[in-house]
Amino acid sequence: AMEKMSRVTTALGGSALTGRTMHCHLDAPANAISVCRDAAQVVVAGRSIFKIYAIEDEQFVEKLNLRVGRKPSLNLSCADVVWHQMDENLLATAATNGVVVTWNLGRPSRNKQDQLFTEHKRTVNKVCFHPTEAHVLLSGSQDGFMKCFDLRRKDSVSTFSGEAPEAGRADGEVLWVCHRPPDVFPESTKKVGLEVSTPPSRPPRLGRRQACDSSPQSLQGLPPWLLSLLEPLTFSPHGPPPAGQSESVRDVQFSIRDYFTFASTFENGNVQLWDIRRPDRCERMFTAHNGPVFCCDWHPEDRGWLATGGRDKMVKVWDMTTHRAKEVHCVQTIASVARVKWRPECRHHLATCSMMVDHNIYVWDVRRPFVPAAMFEEHRDVTTGIAWRHPHDPSFLLSGSKDSTLCQHLFRDASQPVERANPEGLCYGLFGDLAFAAKESLVATESGRKPYAGDRRHPIFFKRKLDPAEPFVGLASSALSVFEIEPGSGSMSWFVDTAERYALAGRPLAELCDHNAKVARELGRNQVAQTWTMLRIIYCSPGLASATSLNHSVGKGSSCGVPLMNSFNLKDMAPGLGSETRLDRSKGDTRSDTVLLDSSATLITNEDNEETEGSDVPADYLLGDVEGEEEELYLLDPEHAHPEEPEYVLPQEAFPLRHEIVDTPPGPEHLQDKADSPHVSGSEADAASLAPVDSSFSLISIPHALYDTRLPPDFFSALVCDMLRFYAEQGDVQMAVSVLIVLGERVRKDIDEQTQEHWYASYIDLLQRFCLWNVSNQVVKLSTSRAISCLNQASTTLHVNCSHCKRPMSSRGWVCDRCHRCASMCAVCHHVVKGLFVWCQGCSHGGHLQHIMKWLEGSSHCPAGCGHLCEYS
Amino acid sequence: MNRGGSSPSAAANYLLCTNCRKVLRKDKRIRVSQPLTRGPSAFIPEKEVVQANTVDERTNFLVEEYSTSGRLDNITQVMSLHTQYLESFLRSQFYMLRMDGPLPLPHRHYIAIMAAARHQCSYLINMHVDEFLKTGGIAEWLNGLEYVPQRLKNLNEINKLLAHRPWLITKEHIQKLVKTGENNWSLPELVHAVVLLAHYHALASFVFGSGINPERDPEISNGFRLISVNNFCVCDLANDNNIENASLTGSNFGIVDSLSELEALMDRMKRLREEREDEEASQEEMTTRFEKEKKESLFVVSGDTFHSFPHSDFEDDMIITSDVSRYIEDPGFGYEDFARRGEEHLPTFRAQDYTWENHGFSLVNRLYSDIGHLLDEKFRMVYNLTYNTMATHEDVDTTTLRRALFNYVHCMFGIRYDDYDYGEVNQLLERSLKVYIKTVTCYPERTTKRMYDSYWRQFKHSEKVHVNLLLMEARMQAELLYALRAITRHLT
Repeated sequence: AMEKMSRVTTALGGSALTGRTMHCHLDAPANAISVCRDAAQVVVAGRSIFKIYAIEDEQFVEKLNLRVGRKPSLNLSCADVVWHQMDENLLATAATNGVVVTWNLGRPSRNKQDQLFTEHKRTVNKVCFHPTEAHVLLSGSQDGFMKCFDLRRKDSVSTFSGEAPEAGRADGEVLWVCHRPPDVFPESTKKVGLEVSTPPSRPPRLGRRQACDSSPQSLQGLPPWLLSLLEPLTFSPHGPPPAGQSESVRDVQFSIRDYFTFASTFENGNVQLWDIRRPDRCERMFTAHNGPVFCCDWHPEDRGWLATGGRDKMVKVWDMTTHRAKEVHCVQTIASVARVKWRPECRHHLATCSMMVDHNIYVWDVRRPFVPAAMFEEHRDVTTGIAWRHPHDPSFLLSGSKDSTLCQHLFRDASQPVERANPEGLCYGLFGDLAFAAKESLVATESGRKPYAGDRRHPIFFKRKLDPAEPFVGLASSALSVFEIEPGSGSMSWFVDTAERYALAGRPLAELCDHNAKVARELGRNQVAQTWTMLRIIYCSPGLASATSLNHSVGKGSSCGVPLMNSFNLKDMAPGLGSETRLDRSKGDTRSDTVLLDSSATLITNEDNEETEGSDVPADYLLGDVEGEEEELYLLDPEHAHPEEPEYVLPQEAFPLRHEIVDTPPGPEHLQDKADSPHVSGSEADAASLAPVDSSFSLISIPHALYDTRLPPDFFSALVCDMLRFYAEQGDVQMAVSVLIVLGERVRKDIDEQTQEHWYASYIDLLQRFCLWNVSNQVVKLSTSRAISCLNQASTTLHVNCSHCKRPMSSRGWVCDRCHRCASMCAVCHHVVKGLFVWCQGCSHGGHLQHIMKWLEGSSHCPAGCGHLCEYS
Repeated sequence: MNRGGSSPSAAANYLLCTNCRKVLRKDKRIRVSQPLTRGPSAFIPEKEVVQANTVDERTNFLVEEYSTSGRLDNITQVMSLHTQYLESFLRSQFYMLRMDGPLPLPHRHYIAIMAAARHQCSYLINMHVDEFLKTGGIAEWLNGLEYVPQRLKNLNEINKLLAHRPWLITKEHIQKLVKTGENNWSLPELVHAVVLLAHYHALASFVFGSGINPERDPEISNGFRLISVNNFCVCDLANDNNIENASLTGSNFGIVDSLSELEALMDRMKRLREEREDEEASQEEMTTRFEKEKKESLFVVSGDTFHSFPHSDFEDDMIITSDVSRYIEDPGFGYEDFARRGEEHLPTFRAQDYTWENHGFSLVNRLYSDIGHLLDEKFRMVYNLTYNTMATHEDVDTTTLRRALFNYVHCMFGIRYDDYDYGEVNQLLERSLKVYIKTVTCYPERTTKRMYDSYWRQFKHSEKVHVNLLLMEARMQAELLYALRAITRHLT
C-alpha cells in the first residue's frame, strides 16, 4: 500500500514539463520555498513575504499574496514553508516566533489562514507534512521539541524531545539501538495501538479524550495509532520542562517509504530516528556532524538512505538499514550546508545550497564528492530554499534567495565545473615511483608525437576502469601512468660515485679515458665503460701522437687547497670550502629528496639495453621504456622550463672585480640563484668584501696534430656528437658533460653552444643538488662555455659578523660599527687586517696572509701562542 | 603571519635589561590609586573567592595551561567560581592571544589595550602593556595612538563603534579598513581584530561588574603590602562606599524584604513557565513590549547615574583617565541608547536573520579558523550553565531567568528575538538589576559597589558572578553579530 502511495504524484504524471531558466524579483528576501504537487505553483516565504507564484513557460506570475492584514504579524514571519504533497490546498508555515500556521487555499475569504498552533516556545525551524497521511504535520523547533499535529485538532497529538537521554552530548555512535527492525512495521495498526497505548508510566487522563470527542471534527478520520496518542505523553508541553538542556531541532523529515518513521537533526550534531508512535524515546541516535546539522533529506527511492548537511561543510549520506547508521558517502563542500535535496530520478545526485558566503547551488554526484556535477550561479546572495519542481523530473530546480529573487534553473543550463577542471596530476611515491595523470587526449597525442616511443614503450600503465554510470565520462577522464623504480636503482649512488671518481682533466686523454672506463665498469655501467674505451681508441690510437698529451688543464687555484685561508672571494676555493659547503648543503637538502627522485627517473641507466651485449636484466627494459615518457616530465619540471633563456641579468657585485672577469657574460638567472653562495650572516647586503684572488681558469686544451693516415678522429666526430646527444637525451647528462670536457676542443665545435650550456647547466644543477660542490665547481671551471664559467663569479660575497657583539658588520669588514672595535686583528703584527685574512680552522687565530705564511714557515705553533699546531697548506 | 613569527625573535634581538623594562613599564602603566579591599575583587569578600580556589586544582591546571601571564590573576580567580566556564573562557582567550592567527602577537595585545581603553579599564590595560612588551612590542607605541602605524590607528573607528554603538557599524566601515591601499587589513586580520575587540570590551564589563582589584605586583611578594600604584578601578574612585559597603552587604535590614523578593521572583518564574500559552499576547503587544523594554532601558540608568555620580566625580574621572585616553580618540563617544536613536533610522536587528549559530560562526571560522568553535563552545557554555539553584533554593529551573538576562542585554543593543516575550524581562528583572545590567554592559566604568549590592541581595556572590558572565558573553555576542553582519554584507 505504501509503495502505491508513494508513487502517486501528480496529475501531470507522464507529460513532460516545459520552461526555461528564469527568475523573478520578489519584494523581500525569501527564507524557504515549496512546490505544489501539480508542479505548476511555488510558494515563497520569508520574514516579510508569503506569496504563491504560478510557474509558466516564460515567467513566474504572482498568483496569491497570503500576507494579508494591515499590521504585519510575527506569525507571518516565516522560517519555513511546506506545501502538502497530497492536497493542493494545504500549506503550513513555521514562524520565527514559534507559531505553526496552516493555510487552506480553499477558504473563500481573503485570509487563508487556517489553524494556529502556539505550542512551541522558540522559533520553529521546520515543518513537514506526512507524505501520505493528509492531516499529519510535524514541526521542529529551537526549543528542542518536535511536535506532531493532527490538523483536525487544536493541539499537538504528541511531543518528542530532542533532549539526549543522558544529559549532555551524545558522543557514542548509537545510544538507542532499534528494538525492532526499523522497516518492518506491523501492518496491523490495531496491534500498534495496543502496543503503544499501554506504557506503564502514563496516567489515564480521560478528561482530554472526552474533550476531543466533543470537538466538531470527528475522530473517525484519525488513524488508530494517532488515536492512541491522544493523551499527552511524557513530555507534554503542559508538564514541567525536563531537566537538562534540550537541543534545538534544525530539521524534521518524514521518511518517504516508512510510514511511521521520521528523522530529526539537532544543533549539537546529532541525528535521531523516531517512530511516530513512540514519543517517549527515539529509535536510534547518532552523531552525524561536528556542529549543527542544518538539514536532512530521505532518498526518494532508496529506503534506508538519509542525506544530512551540516555547518561543518559536509553532506553525508547514511545507510539507516544497517544495525548502526553507516556513512556511505561524504561530500565536502566549501561552506556550511543549509539545504539538501535528492535529485529525482538520479539515484546518486543531490542538490545543496549554503547558509553563508557561497551563493551557488550545487548538484553533486555523491560518488564523485570532489567536483560538483552541476552548478547554478544565478543568485547574488545566499540561497535559502531549493526544491525540485516535479518529483519525477530531474531537470527543473527552483530556488529562493536572500537576494529577493525566485529562480527556475534548468539542468541543461547549469555550468559544469568539471569542464573547467584540470584533470592532470603528478605525484611521487614514497620510494620514488611516479604517478602521472593527464587528460587522455593529451596523453594520446603526446605519445603519438614521439617517434621512438612506439616500439620501446612498455610502461606500467593503468587506466581507471570507468563506470558507465558516472557523470564525468568523456568530460574529464584522465589516464594514469605509474612509473616504477627498480628496487635499488632508486639510489643515485652511481651518480655520486661517478661524479666523484671521474677524472676530467690534468692527465693525458688516454689515461683519462682509461680511468673513467674503469670507474664506470666498477660501478657496473658497462655501456658507459665501453664508450670511454671507444673514445680512447678513436682519439688516442697508437698512430696518434700519444705523447703529446696536451690535454692539460691547469686551474691555477685548483691545486692549492688553502684550508688555512680565509678569502672573501670564494670563486677559486673549489676544494676546501669550509663554511660555504655546510651552508649550501642545508639549502640543498630541502630540495634533495625531490631531486633524488626526479633524477632517478630521468637518469636511470639504460645504456645496457642499447647495446647487444646481453647484459640486460629484464627489469631494465622497463626502465628503458620509461625513458621515452620521461621527456615530457622533464619538460614539466619548472627548473628546466626555460633552459635556454637567452636574457641574463647579473646583479651588481658588491666589490670591484679586479681583472678580466668583467667581460665574462653573466650566467643564466635560474642557475645563478642556485649557485648563489650563501651569506654567512644572511642579512645586510653590502658586507665586507675583499679583492678577489683570482680569475676562473678555463681549460686549456690544445688540439693535437694528426699525423696518421688512418681514419682521422674528425671522421668520428659526428658520431661522437650523436653519442653525446643520445646520452643527454637519455637523461645521463653526466656522461655527456664528462665526455665533452675530456675531449675538449675535439668535439666542442661540433655541438652548438646553447646545447652545451644546457648540458652544463643541468649537470651542475644535479651536482649541486647532491651537494657535490667540489665536483660542480670543477665542472664550472673546466667548462668552456662562458655562461657557465662565469657562475663562479657570481655572489662571491662573504658577510661577517662582529666577533664581539655578534651583529653583522655592515660597512667595513674589519671594524664593527656598533661596538667600535676592530674585529680582525693579525696575530703576528697585531694590526687590523684589512685585506686577506687567513685563520686557522683549529684554533681560529689568524692574520695577514703574508704574515701567517711567514710565521708558519718558521714555526708550527700558532702565532697567538695558544699552543695549537696550525697547518698551512 | 610572517610578522607574527618574527616579532618575538625581534624582541629577543633587542633585549632590554630587566631594569629598563621595569622603568618602562612603570612609565607606561596607568598610575592609579590604591585598592581598598584585599582579595581579587572589591565587591566580593576575599574568603568567598579564595575558599573556592584552594579546593580547586582544576583551576590551577587551567591557569598553567592557558594563562598568558602564567599566574593566577584576579579575573581568573573570580571566574574560577565557575570552573566549567573558566575553561572555555581561558581556552578561547589563549587561542586569540597566543595561537596561530593572522595578527602578530604584539598587535594582539595592543588591540586589547585599545579595546580596554574605551572603557578606561586600567586593569586590562596594565596587564596587556606588560604582555605587549613581553612579546616584543615596540615600546614607543605605548605613548599613544599617534605613535602606532596608520593601519592599527585605522582600527580606532571600529573600536569606538563596537564598544559603544555597534549597531552603527556598516559595510562601509569594513570597506574603509579593507580597501585602503597600503594600510589595508586583510579580512582574516580584521576578523581577528574584531574578535579581540569584542572580547576585551566584554571583559572590561566583567572586570568592572565584578569589581576586580588590581593585581598585586608579583615582583614584590611580601604578601602583605599591595604594591600597587599600578591599578585602579574607576568604581573605587567613583563610589564613596568604603564604609557603607560593609553595612550594605552584611546588613540585616533587607533580609525579610529580600526573602520575599526571592519568593516572588521564583513565583513569577514558575508562573511564566506554566501560563505561557494561556494568555497569548497579540503580535502588536509583543512588539510593543520589546519597544517598551528598549525605551525603558533608556531611563534605567540615566536616572540612577546622576544619583551615584555627582558631577564632580566625573571630572575626577576624566583627569585620572587622561592616561588611558592616549590609546583612543574621541573619548567622549559613549553608549547612546539604541532606543533613542529612533526606530525609523535604524531597523531592529532581527536575531533570527543573522544568528551566531547559523551565520556568525561560519564567517568567523572561515576567516579565522577554529576560533568559531571556541567561541561557540563558550557561548553555549554560558547560555546553558546552571546549577539549578537560586539563592537558598535548590532544584530550580533558571532557564527563563538566564534567557531574560541574555536577551535584555541584546535588547539594549537593538537585537530582537521574534520568539521572545519581552514582557518576561519586565517581570523577572527588578529595577535595581536592570540598572546594574545597563551600567555593566553599556558604561561599565561607572559600576559601583552599591549597584552590585543593591540587586538580588539574598543571592550568593557566585550567582552574581554568573550574572556577570552572562552579561559579558551576551555583550560580546551582540558586538560580534553586528560586526560580522557588516563583514558579510561587505562580502556579498
